[in-house]
Amino acid sequence: MEALYKEYQDKISGKLLSDIKEAMPEKYTKSQLKEILDLVAEEYEVSKIEAGESVGLVSAQSVGEPGTQMTLNTFHFAGVAEFNVTVGLPRIIEILDGRKKISTPMMEIYLKGPYAKGKDIKKIAESIKQTEFRDFIREISLEITEGILEVTIDLDKLKRVDLKEVKLMKILEKALKGFTLKQDKNKVIIKTKGKQESISELYKAKEKIKSIYVSGIKGILQVLPVKREEEFIIMTAGSNLKEIFKLDYVDTDRTLTNDIFEIRDILGIEAARQAVINEVFKVIENQGLNVDIRHIMLISDTMSFTGKVRGITRYGVVNDKSSVLARASFETPVKHIINAALIGETDPLSSVVENVMINQMIPVGTGLPKLVAQINKKEDKKKK
Amino acid sequence: MITIAKKTPEVDVSKHILVPKHIKLNDKEKASLLEKYKITLEELPRIFIDDPAVANLELTTDDVILVKRPSETAGITDFYRRVVK
Repeated sequence: MEALYKEYQDKISGKLLSDIKEAMPEKYTKSQLKEILDLVAEEYEVSKIEAGESVGLVSAQSVGEPGTQMTLNTFHFAGVAEFNVTVGLPRIIEILDGRKKISTPMMEIYLKGPYAKGKDIKKIAESIKQTEFRDFIREISLEITEGILEVTIDLDKLKRVDLKEVKLMKILEKALKGFTLKQDKNKVIIKTKGKQESISELYKAKEKIKSIYVSGIKGILQVLPVKREEEFIIMTAGSNLKEIFKLDYVDTDRTLTNDIFEIRDILGIEAARQAVINEVFKVIENQGLNVDIRHIMLISDTMSFTGKVRGITRYGVVNDKSSVLARASFETPVKHIINAALIGETDPLSSVVENVMINQMIPVGTGLPKLVAQINKKEDKKKK
Repeated sequence: MITIAKKTPEVDVSKHILVPKHIKLNDKEKASLLEKYKITLEELPRIFIDDPAVANLELTTDDVILVKRPSETAGITDFYRRVVK
């Protein structure tokens, strides 16, 4: 039986074959199986797309039409958390345009071993979150007469993120050059260096100290531990895959982000391709729409063709088209035509759009095959 | 007590759920691939030589990488990429 399955490996895709294996009853003869496999192989061959089918056009329609039904709401409050998540059409546009900065980057951080069962989950989440000095400030007072800036620190909060006072002072000293710092219990007194007391410098420092980066991972703005199927994960607003991967309690095999470019940089182009499919499909499913995943796969393949992620824009995919007329037909036609004229570009008229423009048969479907005549042979015969 | 301990070596991304298996083709396989689809090397999709997913392979430009993609519609499918700089 196994040998028979092997025989059909080239004719039937792997998933179908294993589906058949599972669906077979306990007892059957070899000839029965062969009959089934033959039928499936035939159906599979018929269901394949034919050469010359305009798959891109069909994909564009299939994604475009449901797009008109999607919500235009950018923001949506996702259940338990106070996270903002971009969904619907704005998210689709963001992905397909290949935007480098997405509006709501998010991560799902999976944890290893005991941490996945909830050990120290709160502490881990807290330590990942990016904290600035403002999170520890209880009070700031500026005393102009004495020329000092007095900052009262919340020591309990410091303890919660496991940060020593000495370390905090070092961070502050590094960030505030030109000032002298003195610690007095829970107060930090900041003075300008030198004899001249500059009030305006102090004012600047007052604003500056608030946004001094203290601890955690840059970019992770909010954290939320969630239980998902017997396992604790951390959802975050903001994303920094590179730094998160460096933590030794993070499960680097499953941790995800919704930032396609970050995935491209850290995990490679193939991962980015898969991420585009997943993200687009997630949105479409969320909206209760139904688009065949093959259309999305085609789009994603096009976007990742060159090894970089390119958006479907005039700077991305369209810019790489070889035909001048095809590029001009998309956006900013004058620019493309003038540039082409300046460098003397030729258009081989090998694709669809340019042939539509000049009213010629397009290379699609029955227009695809070309007649090939062997002229030389004929002449040879005549000579004989 | 949780301290942010940092790993020194680079993370091995090949086990990540988003990363399919990348295999380098030898010259014979490369030639038979081009013959099978009747294409030139330049027509293949590309992958950068410094792509993290192929970091553990020894590559030069114009090598061909076979990607074993898990596909939702067809089980595991083969996809090919040419290595470029």
